[in-house]
Amino acid sequence: MSAEATFTPRRADFRRSVAGKVLSTPKGAIAGAYLFLLVLLAIFAPWITPYPYDAQNLQVASQAPSWAHWLGTDEFGRDVLSRIIYGARTSLSVSTTAIAVSVFVGMVLGAAAGYFGGLLDRAVTTVVDLSWSFPEILLALILVAIVGPGLHSTMFAIGIAYLAQFTRLTRAQILSLKGETYVEATINLGASHAHIVFRHLMPNALAPVIVCGMLATGDAIILEATLGFFGLGAQPPVPSWGAMMSSGSALIFKAPWIIIFPGLVVAISVIAINLFGDALIRALDIRASLREV
Amino acid sequence: MLSYALRRLLLLVPVFFAISAVVFLIIHLVPGDPIDSLTRIGSTPAQREIIAARYGLDRPLLEQYFIWLGKLVKGDLGTAIVLRRPVAELIAQNLPYSLALGGCALLFSTFFGILAGVIAAIYKETRVDQGIMAGILVGSTLPSFWLGLLLILIFSVQFGWFPVSGARSWNALVLPVLTIGLGGMALVARVTRIAMLETVQKDFVLLLHAKGLPALRIQLRHVLRHALMPVVTILGLRIGWILGGAVTVEFVFARPGLGMLLIRGLGQHDYPVVQACLLMLSIAVMLGTLIGDFVQAAMDPRVRSSLQ
Amino acid sequence: MALLEVSDLSIDIAGIKPLDGIGFSVDEGRILGLVGESGSGKSLTALSIMGLLPLIGGRVERGSIRFDGIELTAQPEPALRRLRGRRIAFISQNPMTSLDPVMRVGAQIDQVSRLHLGLDAKAAAARSIALMERLRIPAAATVYHHYPHELSGGMKQRIVITMALSADPDLIIADEPTTALDVTIQAQIVQLLMELVRDRGVALILITHDMGVVAQACDHVVVLYAGRVAESNGVKEIFAAPRHPYTKALIRCIPRDGMTPGSLAGIPGSVPSVAKYPSGCRFHPRCPDVLKICPEAVPPLEPQPFGGAVACHAVAARVTHG
Repeated sequence: MSAEATFTPRRADFRRSVAGKVLSTPKGAIAGAYLFLLVLLAIFAPWITPYPYDAQNLQVASQAPSWAHWLGTDEFGRDVLSRIIYGARTSLSVSTTAIAVSVFVGMVLGAAAGYFGGLLDRAVTTVVDLSWSFPEILLALILVAIVGPGLHSTMFAIGIAYLAQFTRLTRAQILSLKGETYVEATINLGASHAHIVFRHLMPNALAPVIVCGMLATGDAIILEATLGFFGLGAQPPVPSWGAMMSSGSALIFKAPWIIIFPGLVVAISVIAINLFGDALIRALDIRASLREV
Repeated sequence: MLSYALRRLLLLVPVFFAISAVVFLIIHLVPGDPIDSLTRIGSTPAQREIIAARYGLDRPLLEQYFIWLGKLVKGDLGTAIVLRRPVAELIAQNLPYSLALGGCALLFSTFFGILAGVIAAIYKETRVDQGIMAGILVGSTLPSFWLGLLLILIFSVQFGWFPVSGARSWNALVLPVLTIGLGGMALVARVTRIAMLETVQKDFVLLLHAKGLPALRIQLRHVLRHALMPVVTILGLRIGWILGGAVTVEFVFARPGLGMLLIRGLGQHDYPVVQACLLMLSIAVMLGTLIGDFVQAAMDPRVRSSLQ
Repeated sequence: MALLEVSDLSIDIAGIKPLDGIGFSVDEGRILGLVGESGSGKSLTALSIMGLLPLIGGRVERGSIRFDGIELTAQPEPALRRLRGRRIAFISQNPMTSLDPVMRVGAQIDQVSRLHLGLDAKAAAARSIALMERLRIPAAATVYHHYPHELSGGMKQRIVITMALSADPDLIIADEPTTALDVTIQAQIVQLLMELVRDRGVALILITHDMGVVAQACDHVVVLYAGRVAESNGVKEIFAAPRHPYTKALIRCIPRDGMTPGSLAGIPGSVPSVAKYPSGCRFHPRCPDVLKICPEAVPPLEPQPFGGAVACHAVAARVTHG
């Protein structure tokens, strides 16, 4: 019905101008470029890296950066640069997958809680508030205690740790959108619950949650690295930044580069994600909706 | 104030039960026979029977939970599988170290974070502000274990000012506290800065000026006090973060403490230890949040009237 | 000599000039109504008089503000601070947000007398409670210990008024003191303010957009539009014979008893934003009497033969042509 069409507000059809706004700021552009590069490296790792990640060469073990090995070698003579690039694969795939699932589940829960209210809302809110103050690392450790170490528990841990954020945010968005008159009008036109939620409420709640998810990916990368550092994440031979630093810490006196470079990459990547996310928030002008997170 | 405290404490009870239930269930959720989680590999059937009887593993789940709780209250946290000592003893030994670390880190973060935030707010838009903001960004995104390693590299290895690991002297607290503290400081500074900037725009500040009060007094006595409230809220919520940081840092610096105990326990599949540590840490988080709420109520009369 | 004389006041905020050539005066024991829609510059005028423009990044560009013979625009900040609260008091617009939420209201009133009159805690408290009672705040001694969020809107506004009176000021500027309140409370507050003026001889500048309040309380009226004075006159005269087209429209808009449905008037168009003021007379796009000269030249504020002043080309044309 044409009345419906007129009432549907600003849909996400400003992608062009948003991208433009984000990339026009120096922070946004540089951060965006770095992240793009990182993703490319991760995807094309097998074709790009100078050495395979598990190629041991004990003769050149623990060597400082050189022309042959730009970032040096680790205690088994493996090329640090190559391992870092492969580590990006692990980190990025684990974090983004886990966060994506978490966002999805969080949106469903949050939308249901916000839209239907009542007992469901109370239940969801209580659980969310409880996990809110719980440090992610502890949650992760509890999960690892149950499920055992490995990539699957890392993903599980990430997913659960950040679920609260997305649920809360979606719920808040839905609650504020629910009260707007166009929703009332749509209800009066006889729309079903599902229709209202999916076609009208969700698209507008989408932007803040997506950006929040992006920022959470940064935290997730750190969580994954931390678990890896404890030896509880990706198990060898799968390369991971955290594990690299863990084994490298024994050689902190002799070969500090084994620790410095992976950590540097983690730090820069997360900073880039934060800067890009900030630029995105400004471009989309959703600072207000992200207030409480 | 007292009634608020009581109401708040009452809320804690269901939370405690929930968390303790989760911790209790760990050995039952792990794939395999729960008895395997509680005994050494290669123990005799007789030994296993003794352990099984002690934990009441043949009883229904709910009963087992209450048996476990009962022991908890009496101070019996089980026996560590690997070290073969009462877990309660291990906890008592390691707790003081964690408390020292966590406490100092909290103080550090709070004091310097508020200081940085206030300075950034007063000098907003200047280089000072931008510098502090950049520091905040870096401080809150650095993985804490990497920062710890870096600090070790620079100050222990290179300069030799502080010990690399262990907890033999007060000296050994410095780098660990800094590692957690810098991250915490970034968080507190960020919240303080925003709170100050927002508060200054509020209506009541205009009236304070109109009454003829000196600007500095307004900033410090009224604006800061008001701005500190969201800071306290955040601190209360993020107390858990500091504890989480403590876990990591203890590991990096090889400091004795609950965190170290927990991670070693996880690696060795020593479930009684793991359960006890997780429980202790969770209780600490709850207490921290509670204290945060109390401080907030003490500072803001509106909170005291509002809790239902 | 008038207690407060503002002449040719123009201010600048980040390159924009929201006030341009404002002038008016207030005598002791008199209530001046400063009227205009939102965006006309009423609150900015108040801030200018109090010397608080720097708080919002503004400054006086030209003009004079003479208070009791003192030229305020030439005073250094410490001198202005001594005047604020002590001789010139301010009542702000929204009582819900003007009080410090974490401080008991009594202490907030005490602040003024302790700062400006040097009273100690006990004396200040006694003075505050006495003032609260005079302002008919029931159970003043108990209310003294309350926090702002425990009081109603009307009560809060009375507290704000008490704060304003605490150091016995000569001039009170009340910025829309009733806008945020219920209608019944509005009448009470206006009544209260009128009594204060009558009993204490203070001068009151009542900033409002409500012509009803103006009719009830004011002695003299200054009508502001888009940062300029459109008309000023005594209250009876301005209601009996408004001259500026804007004033006429404002008065026409007041709902009256016995109006027929559908006859509620409005003023076509809307108040121009500060960034895009029309040229010449700023009201000309909305004016029913607009002449050719209106967009070209700013109409000067001219004193009229039988009192008052108007800034309008059409009025000036009528006067000269008799």
